[in-house]
Amino acid sequence: MKTKSILICGVGGQGILTASDLLSDVLLLAGFQVKKSEVHGMSQRGGDVISTVRYGDQVFSPLPALKEIDYILAFEKLEALRNINYLSEKGKILVNDFEWQPLPVAAGLEKYPADTIEQLQKLAAELVVIPATRLANELGNEKVSNVILIGLLASRMDIDKKLWLEVVAKKVPPRFIDLNLKAFECGYNFKP
Amino acid sequence: MAKELLSGNEAIARGAYEAGITFASAYPGTPSTEILENIIRYKDVIHAQWGANEKTAMEEALGASFTGARALVAMKHVGLNVAADPFFSASYIGATGALVIISADDPGMHSSQNEQDNRHYAVAAKMPVLEPADSQEARDMVLEAVKISETFDTPVLIRMTTRTCHSRSAVELGERQTPPEPEYKSDFLKRNLLPGNARKRHAAVEERLKKLALFSDTFSHNIISKGKERIGVLASGVSYQYGREVFPDAWFLKLALPYPFPVNLFRRFADLVDKIYVLEENDPIIETFARLATPQKEIIGKDVFPLLGEMSQDTIRASLGLKDMTPRHDGATIPGRPPSLCAGCPHTAFFYNLGVLKVQSRGDIGCYTLGALRPLSAMDTCVDMGASITVLLGIEKALEKAGKTIKQVAVIGDSTFFHSGITGLVDIIYNHGKSTVVILDNSITAMTGHQENPGSGKTLMGQEARRIDIAKLVRDGLGLEHTYEVDGYDVKAIRELLKRELLREEPSVIVIRRPCVLLYRKAKWSPMSVDKEKCTSCKVCLRLGCPAISSDSDDKSLINEALCTGCGVCAQVCAFKAISFADDKGPHINSVSLESFLTGGQQ
Repeated sequence: MKTKSILICGVGGQGILTASDLLSDVLLLAGFQVKKSEVHGMSQRGGDVISTVRYGDQVFSPLPALKEIDYILAFEKLEALRNINYLSEKGKILVNDFEWQPLPVAAGLEKYPADTIEQLQKLAAELVVIPATRLANELGNEKVSNVILIGLLASRMDIDKKLWLEVVAKKVPPRFIDLNLKAFECGYNFKP
Repeated sequence: MAKELLSGNEAIARGAYEAGITFASAYPGTPSTEILENIIRYKDVIHAQWGANEKTAMEEALGASFTGARALVAMKHVGLNVAADPFFSASYIGATGALVIISADDPGMHSSQNEQDNRHYAVAAKMPVLEPADSQEARDMVLEAVKISETFDTPVLIRMTTRTCHSRSAVELGERQTPPEPEYKSDFLKRNLLPGNARKRHAAVEERLKKLALFSDTFSHNIISKGKERIGVLASGVSYQYGREVFPDAWFLKLALPYPFPVNLFRRFADLVDKIYVLEENDPIIETFARLATPQKEIIGKDVFPLLGEMSQDTIRASLGLKDMTPRHDGATIPGRPPSLCAGCPHTAFFYNLGVLKVQSRGDIGCYTLGALRPLSAMDTCVDMGASITVLLGIEKALEKAGKTIKQVAVIGDSTFFHSGITGLVDIIYNHGKSTVVILDNSITAMTGHQENPGSGKTLMGQEARRIDIAKLVRDGLGLEHTYEVDGYDVKAIRELLKRELLREEPSVIVIRRPCVLLYRKAKWSPMSVDKEKCTSCKVCLRLGCPAISSDSDDKSLINEALCTGCGVCAQVCAFKAISFADDKGPHINSVSLESFLTGGQQ
């Protein structure tokens, strides 16, 4: 099979690396060769964060090529747009309906594009907008928005749901298992 | 054995465990930090510690090797500059127990001040260097390094790069080897590098290098793989992976041991193909050796591929004109998202005050380097670890000779001060310097993700440790009477101290204390809130660059309660008393006493 790739992006502190760990563990369990890349360092201080996962029969590079990504899973709207050049012509975007102003915007030095969703609509073969942050708050903890988004991604991928649930349960601290499984189902069953 | 997805850094730690390493040291630095953080998973069999800097860490690992114990030391690429002195000596001395040195290079400078290629160090010190291409090889190369080190009596450098450190791929785990029993036996001729001994050691190093060159020709991880066309690719490190994507039909020679270069193996490879692409991150090192080995062959290397930044399959394709790189979106309307000081950061009030006093700072390496960015814009130099203090003194003295003065302070963090700030301060005191050094003491090495340091009161292994008190060290140890401590959340006190010390015709130190706000990550504090009636939209609070403050649709200041930690700094800078605690009863972060925190009150 041809190598497939997924890009997860957002703002430092949103649980992006946990989400991409989860995704790669599921893919490994499903029998694929998996390579994941992530960026550390300065980006943890409120900067943008990207992690990419490539999988298939034989994967060499941990980095995706431009115009190659099959899915962008964005935890913040503007970050989906920032990484749009990686998306293939047939690529799809799953985006959290959430706006986090970068500091230069908050300080009034730059503008947050008001038409972010419209721009994404034009560039993606399919766009799914999910209010993951709001749904997470409704579940009682904003932090599980990442698992809601992973649930949404899982619903679009051809991998046994059992594997996802197994990895989610293994990956989170015991007292948060129920909450995270609920979050996963919430994303998995989301109807736009 | 089981297969696990590991990052390259986790794989190095796993390799260290399996190879029977019993001593590991490091100074944290991206992208190398997680190596030691993962080694402590095996702390029942490996002693692991943070050094004050890379030089001390390397010397300690060398000392461990003297006993026959297997030792590993890890650092980021620029850390090897600090450790270069023992690095070169270690090459002459050799290794009793294995000595494995990890350098994590940062092509693309994700979190560094340069993109030097540390394979040059291996060539300069005549030491073998291994270059893993993925996590499996990162684990394998530690085991190989231990073997090579003990067989050839040499330290071994392992060169990682950002993508091998921070990408995850499957690793097959193995059992731990039983390490040799350590015992200190004197070996004067090898380990005391008096000139008479060192001359003999140099001869031994040259002999060793010849043997290693022959070994490199037969090393099991220097591999030729068969292709369909007479095109060859010579590659090392992660560039090999990129090459496999771009040239599916080519012959490959992958070098996991690029130096000493396997000349004979390469010549055999060159005979199989008509032209050779050389793929490596940063500088043309294997390329240079390849050109020397086969001067007649067509070789395509850094004449085509970029010297700047990271390699990738796209870089290779674009360099060869194989891919249209026209972006789908020009990005012009997308505002940047630069990193910033955190909401509640105890450095913010200080940098804000520098702006008010119109003072530029000589900066250093740490979170506080972000004080250079808008809107604080209060740091106009940042050179290397410790250079804030020494650059300050150089500027002062050069201007003084011309009868000029300048308003400037040095800014350095606690960990960086321990790393290499103390000697600079000694220079100021000794040479009649008059400037002020500000030490931002947040009690932890924050930028790299909260590593303990000599001021934290804890070791890497989790043991309690004597906490070195910076103000005491400076006042009582160096005898600098003008040493003052102030709370990082007290805007006015910081400003008054700065004003006074900038006028003083003697050197002084201001220690600004307050633990890193992220140490309180789990606590819930009462946030600040804005009284919209009182807010005049003057935007002074926005000049703090606090990520929790923005403007609402009426242009009044708005505080994001989810991010706000209630440090109260914005309330202090508001001239109209428009900002106050949302809940007077608290809990308030700025009412936690510093002492309670430092004596173990971490939450």
